[in-house]
Amino acid sequence: MMRRQIPLALCFIFGVFMTIQYFIPHHSVADMQERILMWLQTLLAFAFLLGTVSLIKLHYHKIRNRADDRAYSFVALAGLLTMIGLGFFHPSHNLPGSPFSQMFLNVQVPIEATMFSLLAFYIASAAFRAFRARTLEATLLLVAASIVMLGRVPIGDLIHEGLPQATRWILEVPNLASKRGVMIGVGLGMMSTALKIILGIERAWMGGGD
Amino acid sequence: MSWAEKVLKVDRRWIFLAIGIAVTIPFFLPLGLPVITTPPVQSLYDAVDELEPNAAPLLLSIDYAPATLPELEPMSMAILRHCFEKDVDVVVMTLHPAGYGLAERAVLNAAEEYDVTYGEDFAFLGFQPGVSAVILGMGINIRNVFPEDAYGTPLDELPLMQGVRNYDDIPLVISLAGWSAAEAWVYFAYQPYRQTVGAGVTAVMATDFYPYLNAGQLVGLLGGMRGAAEYEGLVQHPDQGTRGMDSQSVIHLLIIVLIAIGNTAYFMARRAKAPSGGGVS
Repeated sequence: MMRRQIPLALCFIFGVFMTIQYFIPHHSVADMQERILMWLQTLLAFAFLLGTVSLIKLHYHKIRNRADDRAYSFVALAGLLTMIGLGFFHPSHNLPGSPFSQMFLNVQVPIEATMFSLLAFYIASAAFRAFRARTLEATLLLVAASIVMLGRVPIGDLIHEGLPQATRWILEVPNLASKRGVMIGVGLGMMSTALKIILGIERAWMGGGD
Repeated sequence: MSWAEKVLKVDRRWIFLAIGIAVTIPFFLPLGLPVITTPPVQSLYDAVDELEPNAAPLLLSIDYAPATLPELEPMSMAILRHCFEKDVDVVVMTLHPAGYGLAERAVLNAAEEYDVTYGEDFAFLGFQPGVSAVILGMGINIRNVFPEDAYGTPLDELPLMQGVRNYDDIPLVISLAGWSAAEAWVYFAYQPYRQTVGAGVTAVMATDFYPYLNAGQLVGLLGGMRGAAEYEGLVQHPDQGTRGMDSQSVIHLLIIVLIAIGNTAYFMARRAKAPSGGGVS
């Protein structure tokens, strides 16, 4: 019983405090907010530790259970342990040009950039195969996308001087109006969810399927 | 098989090849297309340009990871060059764990081009976890969040940071992000502290930021590589962003041509399949 009530009580107390502190311009409240933010940062740092432990456990079990794709787990663990070793124990670990920094810049950066750049090829292929003017809505989307794609690159300026202006209009009028509507809806949803969590109505965050 | 059906069944590897060629060739044979400055970029440039030399520093939050590096690193280089050219002090930090190495690389590469000194003209605070807690905490006291710089030097020992306590002492924050960090700066720095914030984001994200720009919550916005190229043009230092514009122009044109071909073939194939006299449904 206490395992559920204490977290609920803490959530209520801190949730209410962090909400009302905006409206109380007193130094004692500001001091408490400062302290809570520092606690929050410490807690968030533990999330990284939790993530690392979870990753190690996942790959360790795959290797132990001789999973078919365990070779990838070896690579993942070797990479993780190498970077942890270089990050924690190398004497120049936090200096520019350190082995940690070199590994990051020369291994991780090209790998991630390459993975992301592949998207251009798939987007082009998908656009060719799937972007069809089947309905009025799809046609509007297609026309707007084509105008914005051309209006956002210098070649659009050369094709027709009206393209950049049309692009600006699309971004600043229909796009802005729809985005603002979505954001207001999301904001209201966030407020109601936050209230439900603070008041203990929504308890999914505690786990256990309650 | 008709022409249209052949086109619709084209092996996608031909499309990949066409994209590969279209991306690569402009790097060897630049088109030199002119880049016209748009108002959101001009606004951000003006906000940086109006900062006092050797006075309160600009805070540059380099919040991108390697995946979005090609679009966002040209922005950070252009802004850093602008600051160093005008003797505007810069404090660099990151909210992304993978941004540490990229932020450090950008600021050190830009610093190499100018006669600037670490600790006096620029500083690198490194990374701290907890986006909202970091931004809110810096509004109270930067030293609570970053007691030391990235290399372990207490902030009070950096001449640049003396007299810099919180956002009251920072005239402008710019976040360059490929995720929601730039929005977080609006939520947690502009809204509670009325801190002036500018942003640089990827092209696909840029549309999400027009409401903030329109409401005055962002002083300016760089959208994608085009934004970087425009800023490079304003600081008169064409670099990666400007070079990338030629490739992006050709790619965008090619994608539109592919969409047009795909649609033409689709409707021709559909018409050919429709029962005679029945028309197209």
